[in-house]
Amino acid sequence: MSGFTPASSMPVFVHRSRRGAELVLLILALAVGIGAYAAVGLGVQEKIPVDIVGYGTWLVALLVAAHIGVRLLAPYADPVLLPLVAMLNGFGLAVIHRLDLAAGASESDAFARQQLIWMTIGVVLFLITLFVVPDHRTLQRFTYTAGLGAVVMLILPMLPIIGKQINGARIWINLGPVSFQPGEVAKVLLVICFAGYLAVHRDALALAGRRFAGIDLPRGRDLGPLLMMWVISLAILVLQRDLGSSLLFYGLFVVTLYVATERKGWIVVGGLLFAGGVFAALSLFSHVRVRVFTWLDPFKYYPVGDDGVTSSGQLVEGLFGMSWGGMIGRGFGSGEPWRIPYANSDFIIPAIGEELGLTALLALLLCYGLIVERGLRTAIVARDDFGKLLSVGLATSVALQTFVVVGGVTGLIPLTGLTTPFLSYGGSSLVANWVIVALLLRVSDQSRRPLPTAPSDEDLAAEETQIVKLDKGAMTK
Amino acid sequence: MNRPIRTLSVGCLILFVALMLNLTYVQFFKASWYNDRADNRRVTEEAYSQQRGDILVGKKAIATSKPSDDKYEWQRTYPGGKKYAPITGFMSYSYGQTGIERSQDSVLSGQDNKLFTNRLVDLVTNSEPAGGNVELTIDSKVQDAAYEGLTALGEDVQAATVAIEPKTGRILAMASTPTFNPDKLATHDFGSAKKSYDQLAKDDNEPLLNRSIQTALPPGSTFKLVTAAAAIENLGMDGDSKVYGGASLDLPGTDTDLPNLNGTSCGGEEITLTRALEVSCNTAFGSLGMELSDEEMQDQAEAFGFGQDYLDDIGPLAVSQYPDNDGKAEQARAAIGQQSVIATPLQMAMVSAGIANGGEVMKPYLVDRVTSSSLDVIDQGNPTTIDNQPAVSQDTAEILTQMMVSTVDNGTAEAAAIDGVSVAGKTGTAQSTKERAPYAWFTSFAPAENPSIAVAVMVQKSGTERSEIAGGRLGGPIAKAMMEAAIS
Repeated sequence: MSGFTPASSMPVFVHRSRRGAELVLLILALAVGIGAYAAVGLGVQEKIPVDIVGYGTWLVALLVAAHIGVRLLAPYADPVLLPLVAMLNGFGLAVIHRLDLAAGASESDAFARQQLIWMTIGVVLFLITLFVVPDHRTLQRFTYTAGLGAVVMLILPMLPIIGKQINGARIWINLGPVSFQPGEVAKVLLVICFAGYLAVHRDALALAGRRFAGIDLPRGRDLGPLLMMWVISLAILVLQRDLGSSLLFYGLFVVTLYVATERKGWIVVGGLLFAGGVFAALSLFSHVRVRVFTWLDPFKYYPVGDDGVTSSGQLVEGLFGMSWGGMIGRGFGSGEPWRIPYANSDFIIPAIGEELGLTALLALLLCYGLIVERGLRTAIVARDDFGKLLSVGLATSVALQTFVVVGGVTGLIPLTGLTTPFLSYGGSSLVANWVIVALLLRVSDQSRRPLPTAPSDEDLAAEETQIVKLDKGAMTK
Repeated sequence: MNRPIRTLSVGCLILFVALMLNLTYVQFFKASWYNDRADNRRVTEEAYSQQRGDILVGKKAIATSKPSDDKYEWQRTYPGGKKYAPITGFMSYSYGQTGIERSQDSVLSGQDNKLFTNRLVDLVTNSEPAGGNVELTIDSKVQDAAYEGLTALGEDVQAATVAIEPKTGRILAMASTPTFNPDKLATHDFGSAKKSYDQLAKDDNEPLLNRSIQTALPPGSTFKLVTAAAAIENLGMDGDSKVYGGASLDLPGTDTDLPNLNGTSCGGEEITLTRALEVSCNTAFGSLGMELSDEEMQDQAEAFGFGQDYLDDIGPLAVSQYPDNDGKAEQARAAIGQQSVIATPLQMAMVSAGIANGGEVMKPYLVDRVTSSSLDVIDQGNPTTIDNQPAVSQDTAEILTQMMVSTVDNGTAEAAAIDGVSVAGKTGTAQSTKERAPYAWFTSFAPAENPSIAVAVMVQKSGTERSEIAGGRLGGPIAKAMMEAAIS
């Protein structure tokens, strides 16, 4: 297996646990989160929020719990990931609080309060994930279960009664008082399914077919899984009108497929299929066309287009807000983010850009970039194929989601509805992303943990046998 | 699998760099493009809810910002009221800005680059940015006289007047009636602002118009000053030169004649040019118009400012015109300020001012000084001439001045005579259509030997009987009052 090199052939690099570093970074992240909350109070209401002590304590408690959980359950995990997401989540809370104040929301229906509850659930699920998945390889057993689960999750919103259509996209379900986007759960399940499936079938799919322009194209008979994923993505696009998720799931699959097979041909074929699908969707469905038209010429549809319905108001107000903010922003409380509809979810980036400027947005993008980088680094040091593909999928999901949503709201690509990971208001997304981080930390812990005993040739032989067993799905460690 | 993962890392890097570059483009390079858009409510509302600078006449603010209790924080008010409304214009939420509020917006709002250092200081000291002040060239006494004179004409009157200082081009007064109350449009009660605006917009007398610069009408006999100037310059005439003074002038190529207003001769078949101006002799100037070439007349009109847009400080200006004429008949009618010659009151004041200033027409300006919120002078209006100067030679200007003084002393413009001061003036009564009453004009300057003020008055519509309308009777007393205010 390429993922494993006999330790005797090179000096063994033993990772340190680095939990102390994580704690220091976490303190910085808390300073950002609580500091931002105080800054919002000072900027908007000219006083430190009265509940800052309670709020700060709660945030500290959550993150200390997460940190202790990592210390106990995944002591060798990457030390940068948790502080990064803690910072983004804490900062996002402050911004949502600011947007609550702008909207004049009362205490009880404040989004920040609900988001804090979701964050709590997220951290709890983060700890549970670390606890019930002591070894990420156990997840490979659930390859097909996860795939089936994802499909069920995707179908749920289409069902009557529990399914709910909000703002044109049918991606919600009603669970009593709360709405939930099962697509976010499906995202995690799909990553597990892709990684599990490709870890087993990578050799077959890597067989080269025709060579064209220096790229080995895959064999026609191996196109099955790709075609299936393509159909599922298009179905999401057409039936649920969810351009963002469609793009995300399909992109995830193509990327994982490419990494598993090491064949660029898959990207070419996948890209062509996708382009064809998008072109067909463009000519067939008006809701896709509208997205592209408002992207190409937003001011033609501002405040409304000639038809009196199509509007690019959200996009244009976001662009106005960001340019109004400029380099350093207007400062908390001095912007007018209430002009942007849904500023606390999809359009949180323009709202931040308006009040904190380009500087803050570049810093945030850097944080996302670092999360992706730490995720991919985890994939590189991972000791098994499934672990590699799993972390590639998880990291890519963050990268793609960030690109699609930030690119959409800043006019780089057509606008699609997706939340900004960890920043946006939205329980399903936040919880799912905390689970993603837990899984990444799990793989990273497994990869960085020193091998149990000093490896001798005999041990190595035993290990290799074990890994062969793993591929047959009979891993019992 | 590590090789594709590394490739993937580069791919992700490219995605993030693309996002960062695009953000930099939106928030830095293209930001001013977004911020300059008229449909950007953030910018318009900020403009609406900030402390703008004052518009000042002397020490008195005619437009200022007062703190208000609502979310806009500042309410624009106009202590200058109706008298100054054509100058200040208004600043409203729904209907934008007009007048000085519009033309000097960048200074008043503090966004002008001249105020850059002040903005920087405001930023560092974290104080609310305040706009600069605009000090006008208006002389409040002359403006009072102008406004009182126009309102004394009565209700349902459309009239305007302008006064300028001939040596500099400073605009000393600018009034137009009917006028409006800018406070009613600037109010934060948008429903009431809409009602006021709708009422003003559908009023047939067009109260929102600043007629002194935005209404160009046939100037009638006041244009004979330009014809006389062209005759002296091009035909070598002076005040004693003989011109035709018969009762009627045959227009070649037409069935019609050009008669004098009262149908009699101007005092004989042959009269002096001075006499022709004194009695405003149509036949005399009509024949001069045919004697001169159309180019000579056109050049003379343009030298006085016709066809030029010389007004930067307030706008939009209706540009006065002396269009091409086809044939002698049209030239004759154009020479007495009919045909398709049109002029604004400001333009006719500039004709007088040019003669008063020895032939040099100065560029009119309204903004005397721009000061920062801390009253440092940031910009100062500078007297310059308009294009194509001098309009006439010094000698020609002196001849014309004598002729105009004589017109006040012995002729039609006697209404403007001031005891102990020699006044130069010219009346005008322009026929419009058969259905409409004629337009009454008057232009003058004083003192003739060392002029300090040039005035033009235009009455577009008045309650006066048609037969009673004459430039001298309607405009003369107003011009007189304004000149007295300036001289005393």
